[in-house]
Amino acid sequence: MIEADWIWGFAGGLMIGGAAALYLLVNGRIMGASGILGGLIDRSGWSGGAERAAFLAGLVLVPAVLALIFWPGLSTNITSNMAAIVAAGLMVGIGTRLANGCTSGHGVCGISRLSLRGIVATVFYLLAGGISVVLFKHLLGVI
Amino acid sequence: MRNLFAFLAGGLFGAGLLVSGMTDTTKVQGWLDVFGDWDPTLAFVLGGAILPMMLAWNMTTRRARPALGGAFPAKPAPRLGHNLVIGSVLFGAGWGLVGLCPGPAVASLAWGGIGGLVFLLAMAAGMLVAPGVRTRIDRLAAI
Repeated sequence: MIEADWIWGFAGGLMIGGAAALYLLVNGRIMGASGILGGLIDRSGWSGGAERAAFLAGLVLVPAVLALIFWPGLSTNITSNMAAIVAAGLMVGIGTRLANGCTSGHGVCGISRLSLRGIVATVFYLLAGGISVVLFKHLLGVI
Repeated sequence: MRNLFAFLAGGLFGAGLLVSGMTDTTKVQGWLDVFGDWDPTLAFVLGGAILPMMLAWNMTTRRARPALGGAFPAKPAPRLGHNLVIGSVLFGAGWGLVGLCPGPAVASLAWGGIGGLVFLLAMAAGMLVAPGVRTRIDRLAAI
């Protein structure tokens, strides 16, 4: 049986892939969230800074407006454990920059061109993510 | 023009992340929770996102350059370094712990509350120190 969430997931996935296709075919860039943001933060991408900032502005503003209109009171259901949030944020920030990509860059853009690096990175972050949930949720119970 | 299309791509990406459920941390953790109450939605998201990008990469082979000029990004050499693995494991562990990866962390800024903001700041701090961490790891690996 197909659940509504799966259809929403697939539709949203098509939009994510469509956005990546647009950024590639029109701007000639890889749509990787960690690379676009990280390049602004560590200054390595300041030469194309305006384009990155414009991308991030769209990434914040468009879902903000959609959420306001269609899903008022929306929540990310994020944990209230601030220590976990800070630790996870640091791990995601350092990890994605060391690996040169995250779910969008390695996962969407990399796998779709059969990039070995993208596939290997995706295998490792999915495995680590699964182990992390087992450890922190089922064994330690902190989330 | 580049900035306009970057904004549009970022907006479509953010809308897709919102619609697909990627900004809902419980859904992301449900997908990673293979040993608990597994939620397959994110497989549909990733599948849906990869399809348009497969078409897009295919189109790059038949076009000389992106619509707004420049060059298509070259495929990186299939070189698997320690940073790709260490970074992906670190990223996956943080992703599992809180349920946010870089794109959704930025996209949910408007409704993510204090927890979302703290995550985003911690992630940015991680990205800021990542080049230094990379240097240290490379030095250790060279011993």
